[in-house]
This record gives sequence, structure tokens and C-alpha cells, in this order.
Amino acid sequence: MRDINFKIIENKKIARDIYKMILAGDTSDIKNPGQFVNVKLPFQYLRRPLSVCDYNDGELTLIYKTVGSGTNFMSTLKNGDVLSILSGLGNGYEIIKSDEPVLIGGGVGIPPLYALAKRLIENNIRPEIILGFNNFEDVFFEEEFKALDLNVKIATLDGSYGSKGLVTDFIKNNQYAYACGPLAMLKAVYKKIHDGQFSFEARMGCGFGVCMGCSMKTNSGFKRICTDGPVFKYSEIIWEND
Amino acid sequence: MMIDLSTELSGLKLDNPVIPASGTFGYGLEFAKIYDLNILGSISIKGTTKDARFGNKLPRIAECYAGLINSVGLQNPGIDHVINNELPELRKIFNKPVIANISGFSVDEYVYCAERMDKISNVGIIEINVSCPNVHGGGITFGSDCEKVFEVTQAVKKVTHKPVYIKLTPNVTDIVKIALSAEEAGADGISLINTLLGMRIDIKTHRPIIANKTGGFSGPAIFPVALRMVYQVHKAVNIPVIGMGGISCAEDVIEMMMAGASAVQIGAANLIDPLACKKIIEDLPKLCERLKIQRLSDIIGITD
Repeated sequence: MRDINFKIIENKKIARDIYKMILAGDTSDIKNPGQFVNVKLPFQYLRRPLSVCDYNDGELTLIYKTVGSGTNFMSTLKNGDVLSILSGLGNGYEIIKSDEPVLIGGGVGIPPLYALAKRLIENNIRPEIILGFNNFEDVFFEEEFKALDLNVKIATLDGSYGSKGLVTDFIKNNQYAYACGPLAMLKAVYKKIHDGQFSFEARMGCGFGVCMGCSMKTNSGFKRICTDGPVFKYSEIIWEND
Repeated sequence: MMIDLSTELSGLKLDNPVIPASGTFGYGLEFAKIYDLNILGSISIKGTTKDARFGNKLPRIAECYAGLINSVGLQNPGIDHVINNELPELRKIFNKPVIANISGFSVDEYVYCAERMDKISNVGIIEINVSCPNVHGGGITFGSDCEKVFEVTQAVKKVTHKPVYIKLTPNVTDIVKIALSAEEAGADGISLINTLLGMRIDIKTHRPIIANKTGGFSGPAIFPVALRMVYQVHKAVNIPVIGMGGISCAEDVIEMMMAGASAVQIGAANLIDPLACKKIIEDLPKLCERLKIQRLSDIIGITD
């Protein structure tokens, strides 16, 4: 973990309430896809935890949804503006050798799967991609995944784009899954598969494991979503309130 | 000009007055990865209870203007684990005495934890948390009642020779009365303030953001309240006061010490800037020089 200044080089709308921000700065603290960064914004006390969509030498891509005053302000930032970012937080996904794994993302859970797909390809694994949205206006990153020459399937709840239904409709038996999305989606995916990794989200205080704001019970004890996660293995997960 | 930043808490000499506050610094391990903890005056460790606790349901965090609400609910691995694991680990990276913050749900539990911490050599002060707003039947229910504060303080004092500091809640009508009860019962010092009871509602769902509905409000927004209470308590008691509540920079440290604090704790600031304590310690000598303060301890309670 390090607090690093990043300079915005692109900040544009790519779907309804969804923005893509590219920043220039030192990305060397990010080791695995699925890790996140914590972004300091003026006039907001807490930082905004955002998953890393892509990272390479000196360039960081974040995808965010405008949901409140913080992210609304973020959408008004211009090229050249500088943000203080705690970089390299959380564990991220582990690359597991398996035949045709599936990457399942819902809404703003999709971004970290992009860097993951790239790392899998580097390891000669070609994943299948399943993306879920509410409506055609929400769809993003279909082309980016297709540009990696991957098989992309899209489900929308209202059927306005791709297939009508849920991401789980596409899952084949015995596929290893890497999932990120809303809790209801993660639970549904978990029930359809036998092994995989799941990325969780939570309201966080610090993002680096000291405030105990985002704890969860697992089969291996109490864990902090921000530092022991956000990615947890299938075998560790306990669903509470079922 | 050589600036003397040292201060003293009940015979315990601190190189400087800056102490990370309980619950915002864990057991120091995460921070030790980014700076040498030995620059700190001391460390108040995460509140410890007799048994391990998971704490409250999520969400436990809600943002506010200039602060946050937390409702963690004293999540900790229990005193056995802390004594056998976290404290020895901390001793490897921090060579000064620490402040052991303990919490309980009965007088007996406070006594049990104090008795255990009494035997730990790197514990310099035992800080009694009678002010947690996020648990039922413990914490704040003790701290908002003069008789209960007296009872807990007296019982704990009987089982330890280490200095005992009582950490008070601001959620009371008369903070001075509570502080005087602690002093009368033999407290060696007072820590204040814990968080202010607060709440946020999600206007889209009509529901409280915090699962436990209410939580403790901390951050720069509460600094003036903390400062006022430290000022009032310092004027009324003859024991040292550790001041805390929204301190975010070296200027706040000076202000809090002028109000009467012998040392300060830094809480919420650690969460948004993991280098907050380090920056404050680096800024203090420069600020003292500007203000022509040669010995920092000279300003304790200087404000009339």
C-alpha cells in the first residue's frame, strides 16, 4: 500500500451513469487483478474504494458509477487534475489453471474482470465472459472483452440487449468461476458452480485493514473484506441471512 | 532552536504527545509496513474484551461531512489471543510501552482484563473504555453514570499497579461530574472523548445506513466538542488528560494541549491518511518554532 498522486489523462462517460477514468502514475503496488484503490476526493471525508479495471506500466484504469456526491464530483474532473490514491489494496484474484473458466460480472462488478481476463490469457487460459446488466443503456465493455478475442455473452434483466434473464442462465456445469457483482448475483452464481473465486464489496472506513468496518465471517474465521479479500475462495464463503 | 516535544503521563515519559487512538490503528502491524512506529509517543491498541467478538452486522460505516460514523461493536480476538499474539508481535516492531484499551460488559470483565494486562511488561497504561456506543449492556452504559464509573474505576485500581486512564463518552449531560467520579475513585488519568452517538439515513430506501441504526461519530467535525470537554475536565481535575476527537494536524495538537491535554490521540485521521501521525510528528517542531514554543509541555492547559 502506498499513497500515490495520479494525474487524470481521460475521464469519459461510457454508459448510463458509468465513467471510465485513465490515470498516469506509479502502478507498481498493484500485483493482482481484483485488487482495488482508495481515491481521495475534495470535500469528501472518506476515500472511495474502486476496483482496478486495468493496470500497466504507469497507467491505471478505473470504471465508476455515479451514485452520490463523491462520484458525481469525480465525473466532473478534467484531464491534468491530480488525485491522491492509496494503491495496491486487497488480495485480488489468484490465477488457477483450469479448462475454460468463466468470468461472471454484474454492473460495476465487471471492471476487475478485464485485467483478470488479460492475466489469464497471458497464462494461456481462455476464459468465457458473461456480463449482466439491467438494461441496454447500462451495457459497457462488451467490445473491450471481444477485442481480447474472447467469447462474450450478455444478459439483461429486461431483455433489451443480449438475452433476457440472469448471468446464471449461461453457466455450464463444472466451470471454474471468477465472479464480481452485487451480493444477490454472487449468491446465485455460487449455487450454480462447484469452485471459484468471488469478489465482495462493502462500505469501508480505511480500506487497509485497521478499522474493522468491513468484516465478514468465513470458514477460516473472521476476515476483513478490504485486506483478507475482497476476493474469497468458494470453500471459504459462508452466506449469512439465508 | 531545539524543540522539546516530550510529555509525561503518570510517570510514563513520552518522546512526543502523539498516540494513535484505539480502534483506528489495529495493533500497528499494517502501519509498520509504511513507517517506523517508534516515532510515535505510544500506541493505544484496539479495544480488547475477555472473549473474542465478531461485532455488529454490516454496514458498520457511514460517511458524514468532515467525519464518519462507525458501529464496529468491539470486534477483537479476545484477551488471550491479544496477549499471546498481537502484543508480542507489536513488541517486535515497537520498543515503547503501549496503552492497553480494555472493554467489558460487567465490572468483573473489566477487572479480569485489567488483571491480565497488569502482567504484560510492554503495557504502560491501562485505558478503560466505559464509552463504546456500539454495544448493548456495556461501554456507554457505564460511562454515562457517575456511580458506575466510580465502581469500575475503583475495582480496576485494586488489581493493577499500572496507571489507569478512564476513557469517557461525550454523550452525557455533565462531563465534569463523570470525570470527577473517576478521579475520586482513584483514576490516574482521563482519556476523552470517545465518539458522539450519531445516525445517517439512506434517503432512497428510508433505512438507516448503519445496520445497528446508530453509531459513533468521529472526525474533524467533532474537534470543537472534544476541545471544549478537554478544557472543562482539565480545569476540574488534578490528573492528566489525554485529549482526542477529530485531531487531524499539528495545529489541532497544539490547540488540544492548550486546552489541557498532556498528550493526544489521533483517530479517524489514520483511516483516510495512513501517514497522518507521522506527518503530525514531523510538523510539530516546525509549528512550535513558528509559535515560539520551546518546550511543548509548557503549553498544557495554558488557556485560561
